[in-house]
Amino acid sequence: MRVSKWLVPTLYILFLMLPIYWLVSMSFKTTNEILGGFSLFPQNFTTENYVKIFTDPTWYWGYINSLAYVSLNTIISVAAALPAAYAFSRYRFLGDKHLFFWLLTNRMAPAAVFALPFLQLYSSIGLFDSYLAVALAHTLFNVPLAVWILEGFMSGVPKELDETAYVDGHSFFGFFFKIFLPTIAAGIGVAIFFCFMFSWVELLLAKTLTSVEAKPIAAVMTRTSSTSGYELGLLAAAGSLTIIPGAIVIWFVRNYIAKGFALGRV
Amino acid sequence: MAKITLNDLRHSYMPNPEKPADYALKRLDLEWKDGGAYALLGPSGCGKTTLLNIISGLLIPSHGQVLFGEQDVTRLPTDARNIAQVFQFPVVYDTMTVYDNLAFPLRNRGVPEAQVDQRVRTIAEMTDLTGMLKQRASGLTADGKQKISLGRGLVRENVNAIMFDEPLTVIDPHLKWLLRSKLKELHQKLGTTMIYVTHDQTEALTFADQVVVMKDGEVVQSGTPIELFEKPQHTFVGHFIGSPGMNIMPCTVSGGKVRVGESLIEVGNARVLYNFEGTFELGVRPEFTSFAASGLPVKVAKVTDTGRNKIVDTRLGDLSIKLLVENGAAIPSEGAHLAFDTAHSQVYDNGWLVD
Amino acid sequence: MNKTVNQKAWFFVLPVVILVAFNALIPLMTVVNYSMQETFGDNTFFWSGVRWFEQILQSDRFWASLGRQLFFTFTILFIEVPLGVAIALTMPKKGPWVSVCLVLMALPLLIPWNVVGAMWNIFALPDIGLLGKLLNSIGFDYNYTRQTGDAWFTLILMDVWHWTSLVVLLAYAGLVSIPDAYYQAALIDGASKWKIFRFIQLPKMKRVLTIAILLRFMDSFNIYTEPVVLTGGGPGNSTTLLSIDLVKIALGQFDLGPAAAMSLIYFLIILLTSWIFYTLMMRNEEQ
Repeated sequence: MRVSKWLVPTLYILFLMLPIYWLVSMSFKTTNEILGGFSLFPQNFTTENYVKIFTDPTWYWGYINSLAYVSLNTIISVAAALPAAYAFSRYRFLGDKHLFFWLLTNRMAPAAVFALPFLQLYSSIGLFDSYLAVALAHTLFNVPLAVWILEGFMSGVPKELDETAYVDGHSFFGFFFKIFLPTIAAGIGVAIFFCFMFSWVELLLAKTLTSVEAKPIAAVMTRTSSTSGYELGLLAAAGSLTIIPGAIVIWFVRNYIAKGFALGRV
Repeated sequence: MAKITLNDLRHSYMPNPEKPADYALKRLDLEWKDGGAYALLGPSGCGKTTLLNIISGLLIPSHGQVLFGEQDVTRLPTDARNIAQVFQFPVVYDTMTVYDNLAFPLRNRGVPEAQVDQRVRTIAEMTDLTGMLKQRASGLTADGKQKISLGRGLVRENVNAIMFDEPLTVIDPHLKWLLRSKLKELHQKLGTTMIYVTHDQTEALTFADQVVVMKDGEVVQSGTPIELFEKPQHTFVGHFIGSPGMNIMPCTVSGGKVRVGESLIEVGNARVLYNFEGTFELGVRPEFTSFAASGLPVKVAKVTDTGRNKIVDTRLGDLSIKLLVENGAAIPSEGAHLAFDTAHSQVYDNGWLVD
Repeated sequence: MNKTVNQKAWFFVLPVVILVAFNALIPLMTVVNYSMQETFGDNTFFWSGVRWFEQILQSDRFWASLGRQLFFTFTILFIEVPLGVAIALTMPKKGPWVSVCLVLMALPLLIPWNVVGAMWNIFALPDIGLLGKLLNSIGFDYNYTRQTGDAWFTLILMDVWHWTSLVVLLAYAGLVSIPDAYYQAALIDGASKWKIFRFIQLPKMKRVLTIAILLRFMDSFNIYTEPVVLTGGGPGNSTTLLSIDLVKIALGQFDLGPAAAMSLIYFLIILLTSWIFYTLMMRNEEQ
């Protein structure tokens, strides 16, 4: 009984880990060993690929760029979503339901449809190849998501909390920042997590809207196959490194991940 | 149907319990007759839900036995024990109709459909659900849902016992009263053993023939409501049951005489006190306390009118002693003295009645 | 919760509306604009009305892509939803290992999509990849860069690997929200495992599962980066899904008119299905 209880989750996690293992193990191989044949473990263990990434500015700037626009996007998305989610959770107003649905439709917008118009839009306002361009573009799908998650958490807070605060003489802003936001801290954490996640994994828009200055790591990676032949070891090392920020973020919100989506209203 | 015996029952949620505090349930020996109405009364965390779960088979005790009749059921799974249980929060199967909800326990046991139908209708009649049989259970109010849970508990014939785990928690006060009398009526009609767990003394005392009072995983007293009221075995029982609770005063015992301060008090258990010396506790209920010309000198601090009578809060130094006074009776403002009904004044040693 | 009517609430939603409108409406208008004009690459445009729409709707290429897209979407839904629910059901509800489990399961969700594609591209290579080597060594003639069936198999396996955890997390969230009393009552009522699933777990998971299906439906329609990196839509056009085809036309051939018309048709399909989902869900919730 004890063993069988964990059997299915363990098998599933093994299945999930295999490709990741393959990527990480490859990152410690030389390109020659990778192309030379099949080996389960690195035969000539090397950290050369990682050294290259940490010393070559085009490589490590790719990471800095990605983290920069992802953070910027997370801040913008959550900051804009907070008041809106509050309005949806507390008030009824003209067109509220339609507005909510319209916001959600943008979560469904295929990036492929918007890639080209985005390029033209952001070029024309002079933001092309800047962090802000990617950060703003990603709000298209992150803001609706953040509103959705936050609204779910806020609806769980009884309205009496607001009323008591007003009776106690708090101004609206005093209440909102000092009482309300700490109350839904978990919700904000979950929203930050999901915004971070979707901005971090998205590539098409990020690549389209940048060329040199704000080039994301994902776009730098595509270079390895084109300019310098097939540098698989380097590609694997770069790929392995992209897993780390996500893993760190998920560790912080591990107790809330499951809750995050479940509480959202559709 | 059978009597229920609990034999040296102990339970700990820890794998290796050492000190008494590790046990959620300390040593328990009880015997419940077939067909009785019993209540388990105690504050939250006293182990009453643990005990209930052991009886219903949701928990296996770390030590001891549960017997139904002569059969040891300690390790028997829940469905083999033939018991029913109603929970604190209404448990209904949302997607089913009220009818299907009631029929569920019977159908799961392969009862023929004609018999199911007849039984469901009988129970629906008893629980006032007849008009809603075709409705979806999810649409009902909290008390409607709790009636379904109740009905599901009653629907099987010949269950060993039906257990209620604070079933009226989510019910509105005015409906509480209705459902409570309904339960009492159902018990009389069906004659099944019922075990009712609650922290509410009114619910326990009105429902049960026999009340088991628990505290910190121990039974402090088991008896009829009258016994609990007139002769509490422990100051906890005296305090927990009754409103206001029993007055507890420090007293000295010497040579068979009991004194509170300087005043000599006659007590009901005086004859067993002859070899007691030292400081003990005196317990007297407010109902058995009255004003008198002489006795214990106190100051009147506060008078509360409950409608039927007045609760007078008096002070002996810092100690509060309450008494009940009939409406219209005079309340002395200066130089008040208290007298206690001898038969209902008892000395307690470390909380326990000296007996 | 009873909400008060307050039109001033619009000021609260204004930042969001401006942000999303800027990102959604202007590009959408650009797309609509392109879809009705013709260009010869020198920045001169001619009005072409609904011609591009007719052309797209009559082209075999569009219907073929749409067909592949639908096949892909429904296949992964049929695999990921039951699999995700099954895994969530076997997960223990408490214990120190549960959060470790959840973190490990969520890991694929946090890997950039091109890395997912690249990872599987290498993982499945028949000569140097673990999966490819394994399948060939146990007797399968497996080569996803040459054989259509193998390419589909790899594509679907990759998506199952990537997204099943989302369903697991959601279903798990639904399951842990069921109070213990329900399971205890079911035991006492003598319900079988199947009946517990059918009458307690499934109804309680209904809402999160609808969200899971909706999200997987939308995202599988939007999928672009992973299959492009994995197979590039090949061999031939055999795994060219709708958005891959769209980008091929728009950026590869720079046929802005048809690409825009196709974008709109594509967007409308997603919108319509999502709207049906949304209304059905709202109606369910009001019941």
